[in-house]
Amino acid sequence: MSKQINVALIGNPNTGKTSVFNSLTGLNQKVGNYPGITVEKKEGICKLPRGVKAHIIDLPGTYSLNASSLDENVVIELLLNKNDKDFPDVAVVVSDVENLKRNLLLFTQIKDLEIPTILVINMSDRMKYKGISLDIPYLEEQLKTKIALVSTRKNQGIDNLKELIFNYKDLSTTPCLNASEIDKDYFDNLQKAFPNQLLYKLWLVITQDVNFGKTDRNEIDAVADFKTKTKADLKRLQQKETIKRYQFINNTLKKGQTIDLSTAKDLRIRLDRILTHKVWGYAIFLVILFTIFQAIYDWSAVPMDFIDSTFASLSEWTKDSLPAGTFTNLLSEGIIPGLGGIVIFIPQIAFLFLFISILEESGYMSRVVFLMDRGMRRFGLSGKSVVPLISGTACAIPAIMATRNIESWKERLITILVTPFTTCSARLPVYLIIISLVIPEGRFLGLGYQALTLMLLYLIGFGAALVSAMILNKILKIKSKSFFVVEMPNYKLPLMKNVALTVVEKTKSFVFGAGKIILAISIVLWFLASYGPGEQFNNAEEIVTEKFASQNLTQEELDNEIASQKLEYSFIGLTGRAIEPAIRPLGYDWKIGIAIVSSFAAREVFVGTLATIYSVGSDEEETIKNRMAGEVNPILGGPLFNFASGISLLLFYAFAMQCMSTLAIVKRETNSWKWPILQLVLMSGFAYVVALITYQILI
Amino acid sequence: MQVTLAHLKRGERAIITDVSSIYIPLKLLEMGCLPGNEVELVQMAPFADPMYLNINGTHLAIRKETAIHILIEITHE
Repeated sequence: MSKQINVALIGNPNTGKTSVFNSLTGLNQKVGNYPGITVEKKEGICKLPRGVKAHIIDLPGTYSLNASSLDENVVIELLLNKNDKDFPDVAVVVSDVENLKRNLLLFTQIKDLEIPTILVINMSDRMKYKGISLDIPYLEEQLKTKIALVSTRKNQGIDNLKELIFNYKDLSTTPCLNASEIDKDYFDNLQKAFPNQLLYKLWLVITQDVNFGKTDRNEIDAVADFKTKTKADLKRLQQKETIKRYQFINNTLKKGQTIDLSTAKDLRIRLDRILTHKVWGYAIFLVILFTIFQAIYDWSAVPMDFIDSTFASLSEWTKDSLPAGTFTNLLSEGIIPGLGGIVIFIPQIAFLFLFISILEESGYMSRVVFLMDRGMRRFGLSGKSVVPLISGTACAIPAIMATRNIESWKERLITILVTPFTTCSARLPVYLIIISLVIPEGRFLGLGYQALTLMLLYLIGFGAALVSAMILNKILKIKSKSFFVVEMPNYKLPLMKNVALTVVEKTKSFVFGAGKIILAISIVLWFLASYGPGEQFNNAEEIVTEKFASQNLTQEELDNEIASQKLEYSFIGLTGRAIEPAIRPLGYDWKIGIAIVSSFAAREVFVGTLATIYSVGSDEEETIKNRMAGEVNPILGGPLFNFASGISLLLFYAFAMQCMSTLAIVKRETNSWKWPILQLVLMSGFAYVVALITYQILI
Repeated sequence: MQVTLAHLKRGERAIITDVSSIYIPLKLLEMGCLPGNEVELVQMAPFADPMYLNINGTHLAIRKETAIHILIEITHE
């Protein structure tokens, strides 16, 4: 058996590189991370003729080999490291027929590395529409390569590409231009000093600020001659190099490409006149947003209810059909509800990514970035922060994952840090029940007080995100080059296959990434709620039975009282009691304390926990509500959930960082515990202070 | 006064004459923002920032703070 052919797919963003990857590998792909960093690594297997297999890596999109982001570093690191197990036998550069000129820049750089290279010209089905014709033999000769004309949309040319990959040994490894002419003396000396090294590779190592091949770098720095160039000198040389490459490309295309503008049709101009308009652009964006929200809430409701009830009955079934014991309880009360807590988010996450990937694939997202950049910059954010902030109202987890395309690390970090302030769907059940308890039903200008309160809470969420972004922008001293270049790609009809793959992949990454942590936490919570030290817990049955002996309770009522007693004296109940002094000034009792503590796993646990504490057998909202309304404040008398404590609780939930899964994702995306811990402490601390002041003023 | 890209009006075309490489990210140069290339202003966001440009066939948006470092000569109204 022959060994697999290693193939690296390289290309500019928006060239349909991922579509080519999907066409080559189908479902034979897996997504992971590069070791130590959060850049996604996509690889897959492609079957070539005569039983040969190719191992294909879809490298992050880049405009050149001069890296300006972590994602782009990955590309250079791989291409410069011959010892890497993924080092390509053949590089496939994917270009877009409409942007050939710009795409070829990267191609000429890769040719300079003397790796066998195939040029894919993608979206070839648009050539006629755009009036473009190409002289392929001439281009192949000038570029010293083989060209595959591909249309992933029409599924054309993929077999030809596979054939070329199979025959990679026939490809030329000669560079197509001599870039060292830009400063002959310098490059001659460089080559003399390192006769065994590839000149262009040396040049890349000198000009890049990347961590790869530290040894190479030290080796070069050791020879004093090559430190003589200042940073500015180097940059000027890089500019010269770029001009030189473009000269070559322009000359090649002058002969090899003809564009008949009279037959070219431009949908872009007509669409952009409206979609990026100073007034209409914003109006359309708002309508799209509104539609997406509506859809996420409406469409997810049914599958979410279904998941909820399925897991509830699964848990019930486990309890009934397995022999009673600790393991059964752990399974039915800890693990299964824990898994349910993960799975229940899948519909919202899937729908959100469905819309986001459609907006991205179609090219519209760049227009949103363009429209919003100026406004967001006032808060230390970028136009690219809009998507995560909006996504955050569904769930902060996918929102934080969506920050990856923000180039400036500072802007990205601020976006990650403030996104959890936006009102996510897990806050909604908490808000709804408290609002219905403490806000009167009257109307103001035709709008219900309760609805207005809910709207206000959403606004408070956005406001908190923006204000804290502004503060972080002042405080954080992170040096990161804040430049902003957004390509405005052509509008395209999204390829459903790509959209579907994105949705599946992101959902999977949530379930297996954050899921592990949610599951672990829910098991721990179960233990804390199911065990307790001392008499009051261990003999709960006898104590309660004795206590209510005279009251003639039904067995069910008695069971509820026993469960309530057990919870009160379980570890978690004792924790609630222990923190009571701290939360009493906020107007809460120990029961709310428990609900808050368990809410740190996930906010929506609040309602469920209170349901258990108030020993209501079912989760039915009305019943819980009635019990909550009947609770009496142990010290002041009067209802426990009054206007003051209710508002205080609402604000606490608006600001506090109570979501383990979000913290886990922040840890993964920032690669450090520092930021999630900071979020936890600052947000929750702020929530506490606000809730305290609110309660003390209102009471 | 030198004419920079920030002076360009909607629909106008110009030739890039000089790019001050200290302030301009290499990425922008690589996308075609180089002396000699043609540039057209496609659209502006409110307050003329960011600017949506067509440089040498590549459509992109940059902030005004970047545009002031790109010198141009207006050729076409």
